[in-house]
Amino acid sequence: MRRLRSPLGVAAVVSLAFLLFAVVLGPVIWAGDAVRTDTLALTQGPSAAHPMGTDGLGRDVLARVMVAARSTIGLALLATAVAVAGGLLLGGLPAVLGRRAGRLVNGFIGLVVAFPGLLIALVLAVVLGTGGRSAALAIGLASVPAFARLTQTLAASVAGRDFVAAARVLGVGRVRMLVRHILPNIGEPLIVQATLGAGGALLAFAALSFLGLGVQAPDYDWGLLLNEGLNRVYLNPAAALAPGIAVVLAGLAFNVLGEFAAQVFGGRAAVARPSGRSARPVPGDALTVTGLRVSYGDAVPVKDVSFTVAPGERVGIVGESGSGKSLTALAVSGLVEPPGVVSGSIASGETAMVFQDPMTSLNPALRVGTQLAEVARVHGRLARRAAWERAVTRLDDVHIAAAARVAAQYPHELSGGMRQRAMIAMGLMGGPRVIIADEPTTALDVTVQKQILDLLREVSSTTGAAILLISHDLAVVAQLCSRVLVMYAGVIVEDLTVERLLAGPAHPYTRALLASVPDMAADRSLPLATIPGRMPSPADPAAGCPFAPRCERADEHCREELPALEAGVRCWHPVDRPVASDAVRAGESGRDDLRVNGVGS
Amino acid sequence: MAVHPRHPWAAYLGRRFLRFLLSLALLITATFAMVHLIPGDPVRAALGITASPELVAARTHELGLDLPLWEQYARYLGGLFTGDLGESMGSGLPVAQTIADRLPYTALLALVAFVVVMITAIPVGMAMAAWTRGGRRRGAELLFTGVSGLLAVVPEFLLAVALIVVFAITLEMLPVADVTGEMGPRFYVLPTLALAVGPAAALGRIVRVEALGVLSSDYMRTARAKRLPARLIHLRHALPNLLTGALTIGGLLISGLIAGSVLVENVFAWPGLGSALVDAIKAKDYPVVQGVVLVYGGAVLLVNLAVDVALGRLDPRSTIRED
Repeated sequence: MRRLRSPLGVAAVVSLAFLLFAVVLGPVIWAGDAVRTDTLALTQGPSAAHPMGTDGLGRDVLARVMVAARSTIGLALLATAVAVAGGLLLGGLPAVLGRRAGRLVNGFIGLVVAFPGLLIALVLAVVLGTGGRSAALAIGLASVPAFARLTQTLAASVAGRDFVAAARVLGVGRVRMLVRHILPNIGEPLIVQATLGAGGALLAFAALSFLGLGVQAPDYDWGLLLNEGLNRVYLNPAAALAPGIAVVLAGLAFNVLGEFAAQVFGGRAAVARPSGRSARPVPGDALTVTGLRVSYGDAVPVKDVSFTVAPGERVGIVGESGSGKSLTALAVSGLVEPPGVVSGSIASGETAMVFQDPMTSLNPALRVGTQLAEVARVHGRLARRAAWERAVTRLDDVHIAAAARVAAQYPHELSGGMRQRAMIAMGLMGGPRVIIADEPTTALDVTVQKQILDLLREVSSTTGAAILLISHDLAVVAQLCSRVLVMYAGVIVEDLTVERLLAGPAHPYTRALLASVPDMAADRSLPLATIPGRMPSPADPAAGCPFAPRCERADEHCREELPALEAGVRCWHPVDRPVASDAVRAGESGRDDLRVNGVGS
Repeated sequence: MAVHPRHPWAAYLGRRFLRFLLSLALLITATFAMVHLIPGDPVRAALGITASPELVAARTHELGLDLPLWEQYARYLGGLFTGDLGESMGSGLPVAQTIADRLPYTALLALVAFVVVMITAIPVGMAMAAWTRGGRRRGAELLFTGVSGLLAVVPEFLLAVALIVVFAITLEMLPVADVTGEMGPRFYVLPTLALAVGPAAALGRIVRVEALGVLSSDYMRTARAKRLPARLIHLRHALPNLLTGALTIGGLLISGLIAGSVLVENVFAWPGLGSALVDAIKAKDYPVVQGVVLVYGGAVLLVNLAVDVALGRLDPRSTIRED
């Protein structure tokens, strides 16, 4: 019932009332006026007695339009019934027939569906003759292929689901399968389409009658009234407009009902997507971020983040999901979109981004080389050929074999690891001072992960570009970076070297994070170590240290005041003694053991 | 492409062409079958009940309807290849002549309407997407979806009537039908508008939704990360990805345009194929109906083929995507 109060629900109720009123009461109220001829008022314009004027015999146009509602809508519904019945029959056939015959039927549907419905209806009208019933049959049959296609597509999608597979294993016959298992599950979209189809049938019917191929005089429907009205359009335009308006209103009513049905069945909801303007980095030598804050209305996922990255330095940002690390990276490269609001200052040299999913981050419609070369064309003002050559060189730099050939290929022809290499090569095109890599290895398999990390390290040492690596995986960060920023709930809680991280960090959160990394020596009979509690929501206006509710060392002071980042730690009670945890001991024996599972996400 | 030894592009073209030939065979067979499916005697129906039995028999023989079915089909096929579509039962003129006289008017009208649809819908849809991205300018979004939604559901022949009432009768700005036969550009304005407005609104909506999807994709974020100028971001990176969807729908729209032109031609007394078709159906002049339906159907199939080829060029993945 709540849906009925939405604007669409109200519109649907109004539409239904309008249709019912016209069909049920139209002929009752206006039947007399529609046939009464008035020889004193032939083909008159609108007047008080005749709001839409009169026709050639002096009959009231409005009354005739209202009376015609029943036959027009009735015939449209008849045509829809024919279309749905025929469509279910034809579209259900492939599910019942064997594979080969089914493919044949599908192929046939595919061929017929290509022809416009009106053309098919016209051909059928030739065969079936003119008149209301034959026209309804012609329009219905003309829409059968479209409905059959829909039924068949929906049935095929249901046929792949588990419960159908289960029924098949149980030996349920094909016909029973179609009737009991498939049709009930595709009923809802079919009802939606049938309602929308009724609107289409109404318009098609009006078209046929308008052409003189549908309802024949002395019967009349809206199409025929429109035809008569158009013949006298210079004398009384209203006589042509009135049936036209009726057709449009009824068509809209069916559309609204269909949309409403779709909403009720589908539970569609509008999804708001963050997007918009971003702060642009200013040219400079190193990356310097001061007082960075990113907010979405009341929610502030990044609060007051400041750090610097020296030229050639490799810095990792780690944290759980929702700690604000990825948003920090996007803000640094100026890619936060409204309604996100970025404040604070970001000064950096040329940046390059490497994203998490190389499968979607390259433009599928452009050749790899084009996507690389355009950076040099736009920013380096190189000529087309020179830019292309540089692109090939860069692809070669990232160890892509046969770089010249790969440059001419499209992204879908490359493997995931190759695409990520191409992304890195693309980043190198502009001669970046900072490469920002946001989870660059998460979407790749383990052997490729190591290659990409090695490549990033190599690129950094050969070009002198700094690297800002965003990851939830401490092991990945430890492999590549020399310094780590630990983020929690939108603030940097600790800024420390990798050596320090492995030797024993000072912040309780970092320690908890480390402790939750399983290692080769972890006892598999015990559950994985986790940090109890959960991160505060970005919308919480908490005053104190955000980790305090989950922290064993926290006291009243922690809950009231956020400590400053001093000597790399944002904590009132940092851990002084370098106590080696299990994970750290494993890390000392070999960093590569510190892998798997990551932290918290 | 060199990595695929089987030439996916050629295989794709081959599949599409085979499909075109199959559809064409279906179309030819359907138009042939049409005359034979008519209940009763089509010649008697065409000549009326007052015609003498001798005349009916003579006309039946003339049309070859007394031959065995397979021979009639063979003659029909042979006629198609030699350009002989038979003669009108009413006027006795060759059907091919009628088509040749009238096709240019229909083709030009459809072409002009299509161009108008494309050059309005794609830029407007893209601009609206860039404008209303991520819930910006809710008002403009609502206005656009409302107006375009309304325009998209108003059928072309009703729009034609409304246009006549407003521009020809009330404002007296533009002519409706041409009785002098000069067919100057002025006569194209209202029919073109009637044909183009609905499809343009529908396509504009689709382009906007497609563009919203494309603009929020990862590769567009990559393009923005490369700090390309807005022109390049939209024209080079967004447009090709958007065109595949727009073209697919555009192809459907042309099919609809071709069918819709039948109605619009009848409203404006356009001297094209559409009015010839309707007149022929009413007069039960079956050879003319067959010929015109073949032209319309063939045009739709050609457009579909052209769209498929264009899709294959624009989106390299479409050549490998299906079966």
